Amino acid sequence: MSNTLSTPLKMAPKVKPKAGRDDWVMRAFIIVIGLYLIVTLAFPLYAMLSKSVNTYAFDLSRFEIQINKGQGWSKPTTIAELNQQVKKHKPADLKTSSDGRLSVVDMIEGFSFRSPTLYRLRNTQDGGAFLNGSERVTDTQWHEFTSNKFRRVFLKPVGATGLDNFVQYFSNPSLFNSIFNSLFIAIVSMVITITLAFTFAYAMARSKMRFKGVFKIITMMPILVPSLLPGIALVYLFGNQGIFKFLMGDQTIYGPIGIIAGSVFFTFPHAMIIIQTSLSISDARLYEASDALGASKMKTFFTVTLPGARYGLISAAFVVFNLVITDFGLPKVIGGQFNVLAVDIYKQVIGQQNFEMGAVVSVVLLIPAMLAFTIDRIVQKKQTSQLSARSVPYEPKVNKRFDRIMFTYCAIVGAFILMVLLICQYAALIKFWPYDLSLSLTNYNFDVMDGGGWSSFTNSLKLAVMVSFIGTIVVFTGAYMVEKAPGFGFGRGVFQFLAMLPMAIPGMVLGLAYIFFFNNPDNPLNVIYGTLTIMVICTVTHFYTVTHLTSLTALKQMDKEFESVSASLKQPFYKLFARVTVPVCMPAILDISIYLFVNAMTTVSALIFIYSPDTTLASIAMLNMDDAGDIAPAAAMGMMIFYANATARLIHYLLSKRLYGTTQAWRTR
Amino acid sequence: MKKTIGSLIKGVALTSALVMSTSLTASAGELTVYTAIEAEDLKKYAATFNKDHPDIKIKWVRDSTGIITAKLLAEKNNPQADVIWGLAGTSLLLMKGEGMLQPYAPKGVEKLDKKFVDKSKPPAWVGMDAWVAAVCYNTVEGKKAGLVAPKTWKDLLKPMYKGKIIMPNPNSSGTGFLDVSSWIQMFGEEGAWKYMDGLHTNIARYTHSGSKPCKLAAAGEIPIGISFAFRGAKSKAKGAPIDIIVPEEGVGWEMEASAIVAGTDNEKDAKTLLDWSVSKKANEMYNAGYAVVAYPGVAKPVKFFPKNLLEKMIDNDFEKAANNRKRVLAEWQKRYDGKSDPK
Repeated sequence: MSNTLSTPLKMAPKVKPKAGRDDWVMRAFIIVIGLYLIVTLAFPLYAMLSKSVNTYAFDLSRFEIQINKGQGWSKPTTIAELNQQVKKHKPADLKTSSDGRLSVVDMIEGFSFRSPTLYRLRNTQDGGAFLNGSERVTDTQWHEFTSNKFRRVFLKPVGATGLDNFVQYFSNPSLFNSIFNSLFIAIVSMVITITLAFTFAYAMARSKMRFKGVFKIITMMPILVPSLLPGIALVYLFGNQGIFKFLMGDQTIYGPIGIIAGSVFFTFPHAMIIIQTSLSISDARLYEASDALGASKMKTFFTVTLPGARYGLISAAFVVFNLVITDFGLPKVIGGQFNVLAVDIYKQVIGQQNFEMGAVVSVVLLIPAMLAFTIDRIVQKKQTSQLSARSVPYEPKVNKRFDRIMFTYCAIVGAFILMVLLICQYAALIKFWPYDLSLSLTNYNFDVMDGGGWSSFTNSLKLAVMVSFIGTIVVFTGAYMVEKAPGFGFGRGVFQFLAMLPMAIPGMVLGLAYIFFFNNPDNPLNVIYGTLTIMVICTVTHFYTVTHLTSLTALKQMDKEFESVSASLKQPFYKLFARVTVPVCMPAILDISIYLFVNAMTTVSALIFIYSPDTTLASIAMLNMDDAGDIAPAAAMGMMIFYANATARLIHYLLSKRLYGTTQAWRTR
Repeated sequence: MKKTIGSLIKGVALTSALVMSTSLTASAGELTVYTAIEAEDLKKYAATFNKDHPDIKIKWVRDSTGIITAKLLAEKNNPQADVIWGLAGTSLLLMKGEGMLQPYAPKGVEKLDKKFVDKSKPPAWVGMDAWVAAVCYNTVEGKKAGLVAPKTWKDLLKPMYKGKIIMPNPNSSGTGFLDVSSWIQMFGEEGAWKYMDGLHTNIARYTHSGSKPCKLAAAGEIPIGISFAFRGAKSKAKGAPIDIIVPEEGVGWEMEASAIVAGTDNEKDAKTLLDWSVSKKANEMYNAGYAVVAYPGVAKPVKFFPKNLLEKMIDNDFEKAANNRKRVLAEWQKRYDGKSDPK
């Protein structure tokens, strides 16, 4: 803006300001951080999408065969012709993935490996290949085989592009059934979590019960552990050797029941925060009016309370839906034979090495995730206009009976949350569940177990600190530039879109996309593949959206006048940024850094595909230990994550408190 | 100004420093080794090797067979590993077919049992030891549920075992695949699918790893875990109330093998490691956990290892197993994976 003052008057009949040095610097920042998002988000996703349309099929017309039954060599024919004669494979049978192999002798009528018949095989075009036993043959020469050798010849497929993978996916019931399974658990978990969380939030906002502070701390605890921790707790509570096994009857915890119970646990705090916010902004005048008009409590609840909280409820519902449908750790641990999409991606890639099909399942999982995200965004935009300046905050009155009921309810929910954590800690200290219940620390001997040992815990701390530090700088700077830079509408629009995108991308999808994009030898960035750097980048990108929105909210509270004043004082923008913006927004900046820290400690989904020997993480170690059957050590590691996060949260709390005394003193007069 | 711009620059510098320092490319004297050896043995293997070659540092990448195989295949065009030391023979045959292994005849390879060496000259891979399927049976939980210990594979089809058996998913576990592949070789392809159809109705669930079924049996989560003998022996040594049962029809087995990854930057050290891996000393080390090793005359009995196991090992055709792997796994998935309903 400073440039408008220095522009020569005679040249400026038009008022459109020319961008000055400050503006260009800010634009450069937007472009750099925007480019970061393009490289770490848009490109990998594109690589994944293009992988999903990579198809592999056996091209039988590429291979020629000659047969010698003792009367000299027959005329060369293609294998395609051979196949037509015996009608062995239909075109659909010839679809495969990159490491497919097809036996040749299956297409030869009356083949016997004992017969003296000789065979010659030739690959006619470059790029084709066949296997002689396990020897790969890629030349275009004739190769001769005895019958006994020829039975060991297999053809290799060639690549092409098309939608065949999707056709294959939807024609395989064991694959597409997962769509219904995933939707089923997401919807049921959503209904249960929202009901429980709403009642809890209602108790917090509308009762005068005691110990609200304690309840608040307890309900936030599930955020501090990976989603697979409740899965492990459920094994000890309701598994075949579980304490409460008798409650299960002939039902098994390994399956939808376990996934839903665990999902309710780990999504509860997310739903609570959103619903509580929407309940706390209700206007007391509406309740007074309802009371004055003689409406019953019930009627007030349905005509005032619920409608007032409706945006919060809808938003919370979709957040829960999204968290459950994209979660990988919990169904992996407790899902048993119940397949869901997120685990399918892992199984396709890790189990069958079918990367193309993994990409297809990723695309399928993207659809509900994107949809839920979009609806949530639309609803959230509507919520802002509910409070007016004349609103009076609602103050609950003492109602002994109501308060007691609410207290009992909250105590039960709180006890359940604590029980999940305590059982994990207890199981971690038991020597050999259930046969030797003496206490011991053997389960903490991570170094002799799968998963990377104690170094995976220190790696996690390292990752969390770096993600928190670098992420906060990148995100907040990006948000500042995009919020305060004048003009440059197009660039800002693109940036906003990119910044919102990560929230709609499930972690599994992002992780797989990273393999495709970064582990490509033609990509100059592939040097970071297998390093901690790529994990930091992946995690920052994965959690970009929420932190970006937090920054924007904080920045929007700052009047634009600051910029004008600073400009008129001829101060460069960075001085304003460092001396005013950052200190004023410090509480939000701290919130962002703790959010990134906690999530970096607990996340599994994206990083499961890109960790390397030097960069195993605590949460992934947990998963791998559980996978190998070392469930108690997995619980022990889970609790280590909890303690690390709880400590970080405590430090965050103390820092924020001190901050309010120093830079934030102006907020209270 | 100094503060913010300065910290930004620091951030960038930090990132680029990270790229430099954490890059995985192994330097001379350092080998990135991919393995599926049990985690508790890794340190011992490295330490024993380092006694003879203190100048070569081993960086382990350890995961279950399926995962390591997937990782190697994913990195086909950009290999991160220098050496594979201790991965299923079937997986190595698969990689040989993809042209991912560098053939090399380690010094002293002629002393090994021929079964354990790749037929190509020079061999693309060399075997170390064999791990053998077995059934872990929890006697305490079996008694509680009124079960009789099974003696054969076919016994497991009996209705009394309904929901009492856990086995590894062959799609992710090498042990699971060797079970399926051994049933195909013993019962014929058709007979094997019929057998597995029956077994499927008794299976409580399939696990991702091959050791988990035995660990779950050891912990009493399930009475019967189809796993491998070595895992059973270890759990039993820890005090788990389990018996290791060798089904009478015969048991599948798989060898662990080693190879140099084509395109390694550190061929010299890789060859040193491979030379050492076929030595008598190395084979004595393998013998601590495996009853069968590649070097004849080395094997000594392993504690709690079932005695009749060796006779029961089937005559395994690894190449056939590797070349049919994809088809068999796809068929398995179609039949048994995700068939379970949300009940």
